[in-house]
Amino acid sequence: MSMQSAQSAQGYVTADGRKIGGPVMEMENITLRFGGVTAIQDISFDILEGEIRAIIGPNGAGKSSMLNVINGFYHPQEGRILYHGEERKPLKPYQIAYQGIARTFQNIALFKGMTTLDNIMTGRLTHMKTNLLSQALWWGRAEKEEVENREIVEKIIDFLEIQTIRKTPVGRLPYGLQKRVELGRALAAEPSLLLLDEPMAGMNVEEKEDMSRFILDVNDEFGTTIALIEHDMGVVMDIADRVVVMDYGKKIGDGTPAEVRSNQAVIDAYLGVSHD
Amino acid sequence: MPAEFYYGVEVFLNGLMAGVMYSLVALGFVLIFKASGIFNYAQGIMALFAALTLVGFQEGQIPFSHLINAIFGTELHHFGWHMPAFFAILAALVIMIIFAWLVEKLILQHLVNQEPIILFMATIGLAYFMEGFGDLMWGSNVKKLDIGIPQGGNFWIEESTAFLGGPDFYGFYLDTLDIYATFIAAALVIALVIFSQYTKTGRALRAVADDHQAALSVGISLRAIWVIVWAIAGFVALVAGIMWGAKSGVQFSLSLIALKALPVLMLGGFTSIPGAIIGGLIIGVGEKMFEFLIGAPLLGGATENWFAYMVALVFLVFRPQGLFGEKIIERV
Amino acid sequence: MFYREAGEFKTSYRADQQTFPIGLDKLGFYTSLLIAFVVIPLTMSEYWAQAVFLPFLIFGIAAIGLNILTGYCGQVSLGSGGFMAVGAYACYKLMTAFPDMNILICVLLSGGVTAFVGLIFGLPSLRIKGFYLAVATLAAQFFLVWLFNKVGWFYNYSASGQITAPERTLFGYVITGAKAETLPIYFVCLGLLVFLAVIARNLTRGAMGRKWMAIRDMDIAAEIIGVNPLMAKLTAFAISSFYVGISGALLFALYLGAVEVGEAFSIQKSFLILFMIIIGGLGSIFGSLVGAAFMIAMPVILKNLLVTSLGWPGDIAAHLEFMIVGLMIIVFLILEPHGLAMLWRIIKEKLRIWPFSH
Repeated sequence: MSMQSAQSAQGYVTADGRKIGGPVMEMENITLRFGGVTAIQDISFDILEGEIRAIIGPNGAGKSSMLNVINGFYHPQEGRILYHGEERKPLKPYQIAYQGIARTFQNIALFKGMTTLDNIMTGRLTHMKTNLLSQALWWGRAEKEEVENREIVEKIIDFLEIQTIRKTPVGRLPYGLQKRVELGRALAAEPSLLLLDEPMAGMNVEEKEDMSRFILDVNDEFGTTIALIEHDMGVVMDIADRVVVMDYGKKIGDGTPAEVRSNQAVIDAYLGVSHD
Repeated sequence: MPAEFYYGVEVFLNGLMAGVMYSLVALGFVLIFKASGIFNYAQGIMALFAALTLVGFQEGQIPFSHLINAIFGTELHHFGWHMPAFFAILAALVIMIIFAWLVEKLILQHLVNQEPIILFMATIGLAYFMEGFGDLMWGSNVKKLDIGIPQGGNFWIEESTAFLGGPDFYGFYLDTLDIYATFIAAALVIALVIFSQYTKTGRALRAVADDHQAALSVGISLRAIWVIVWAIAGFVALVAGIMWGAKSGVQFSLSLIALKALPVLMLGGFTSIPGAIIGGLIIGVGEKMFEFLIGAPLLGGATENWFAYMVALVFLVFRPQGLFGEKIIERV
Repeated sequence: MFYREAGEFKTSYRADQQTFPIGLDKLGFYTSLLIAFVVIPLTMSEYWAQAVFLPFLIFGIAAIGLNILTGYCGQVSLGSGGFMAVGAYACYKLMTAFPDMNILICVLLSGGVTAFVGLIFGLPSLRIKGFYLAVATLAAQFFLVWLFNKVGWFYNYSASGQITAPERTLFGYVITGAKAETLPIYFVCLGLLVFLAVIARNLTRGAMGRKWMAIRDMDIAAEIIGVNPLMAKLTAFAISSFYVGISGALLFALYLGAVEVGEAFSIQKSFLILFMIIIGGLGSIFGSLVGAAFMIAMPVILKNLLVTSLGWPGDIAAHLEFMIVGLMIIVFLILEPHGLAMLWRIIKEKLRIWPFSH
């Protein structure tokens, strides 16, 4: 595709001066089918270290499927996935988590019976290695590890400004706060790639602004690489460094927000030109 | 053909007849599960309760007489009349319908939108309550249930099949009651299938099973449907209670037929009517044949207690939705 | 007002992660230990020990075990009766095969054997969920009871088919067999209960507990944040069965003395333990104990009230017991799925702000 930026190969410097590094993840010719339906057709793109990469498209474009492929929940029939330069074998979802990929969900997937603190602590599970015996006796490493990880979690709680709901069961929290706790849980994993599944879905303007700010801050302060999918174009264009546009399972555009905005195929998809 | 083979056939036929009864009980489960997502553990106790009520009416027992006697020191036991079987069945049916209405009113209504496992545990509670209630109402002694179906081995079948197997074979031994039960159960199964496929209520029932909210939005009353399915389940329980009660007396063990129906459901899938029927037949035949061929000669017998569960367990590991259940799709 | 946390400030995360972060709770905990270890042994009669206290301690262990599996990990099991039988028969085989082995070691090893059996029956939990799994665990219940009934090796081919505990001593006190003394048995059971309850609390408040609860609340999300579902479920099955097995071993060796498997470990026992945790509170160690106390004491109190005081026939009391239990289950599931433990928390909340409403 002609719009593909030449800069994607080995990093670049953004307009606001952030340094973007080499590729964290490279998707090569990914095709995913469910029975006879092709959800993703021959898509390639990359995600570079330190950037905010968005995947957008109308409903049913295959964005969620794409995220689930990155996340290892679906295994594509064709194509290669390179993660930190190495080809990734088909792994179980929990193994992907240990590789440093964390995510949030479109329909909030918090653990409703647990408090905010415990929910975010679950994000630290991939970093906790105490054996069962030590945990049972609450002795030695178990307690030490618990306190160390608690300190990291408290930093995230401060960062997300949710100190007051620390010990509230998340089931009782309003929607916007739940979204924030979920982001906190993903951040707690200190991921090298953070996936956000429609982080603004169902939010009002104010909440969207808050969430945008948190996403930018995460990227800025922790240097976290972020891939997000969203069908609200407006917000995405403001925060993303580069955007992939999908429609009917195909990639129809890829580049900076400005490039994508002027892409005729993208305009057609969003304005609803008939496909024939 | 050796006599052994024909005894095997006899076991097979008996298994088939037991299987029809399992299907009937399993069908009661499937109806409730489809319409309300509730896995009704109390189905077996409902059969016991229905049978107790039937006998109570037939014999003219005074309900709660034990309790009344204990509190007031009276010596009440019987009204002193005997009700004909037909009217007693009708009266028991009315009680089961009232019961269905009460269950909806007092329990289900308050548990809407709860997780299935909570509903399941609630029906275990219901089963306990009804067990105590039924015994308190009618007494816990073993009762004879007789509504005029002949019992004992069927001589006609036995004599007319004796020629098959030579000198060691005396013909198929089949209990007349089982044969009646099989035909009644089969008729009921067919009637229920026709009801759910071709009547307006049946269609509404299937609509509710598919999607509660969509059904509500086209004007189907969820609560009315629930009362109807519980009443039908009560009716099925009554029939099962009569058959089983006539065979081995009305007592607590009657409620254990529910435990027999559970593996049938796991095998056939909780949402499938044909699944319940075929699952019932497979379990019925399977457990009798296993006992005949392997259980009794090699394992010391009584394998019927667990055979069905083990089959269902192993089966589920490979096909979690059962034979005919809808495929379970996991989504993020 | 009466119950307060005001003035208690935590200066470290360590202090904040204690089991009883509030001083008054800690006081309550030590008081109950004092009552359990000193006051009750000094005052209890043989009747109350046999009818209430010993069964409470023994079933309390089983209830904690099932709560780990069901309340924390969300896997409903109806096979507890069968797993208790495994504990009992393992204990019997160990006691008769190794007469010199310390009885406490026998009991703990029985728990280990049960953990292994529980692990095997937990394997299908990866594929089967919710009440499908609950029904599948019935397979364990029926199969295990049948096994111990039919295979002579398990009951050492005794003529009656029963198993009978031989006499064993601990620190010079006879605690099993015909000459067993009640008080030492009480202390053994109490000591084990407290020990196992503390371990359960430690497991559930740390990383392991969070894995279990994550699986319970949303298994797919749990897997995506890095919980291996099979491992989490299997450890829950194994640890839960360990507790249930110890409970079964104690019930057989220290309490009943002789056991017929179909009677002592029927499916009714599975329900009894399930009811304990529903009424006491799913996902609460404290609740497991409250539920066990309720389910054990209620029939005894009912019987004393109706049969002994009012002179009613025993079967009416039994029927009423069934009705009350069933009713309580339904009422708790409707009103307070977290059981008595949650009610207690609400009361504490009210006491904290009394006399104000907020």
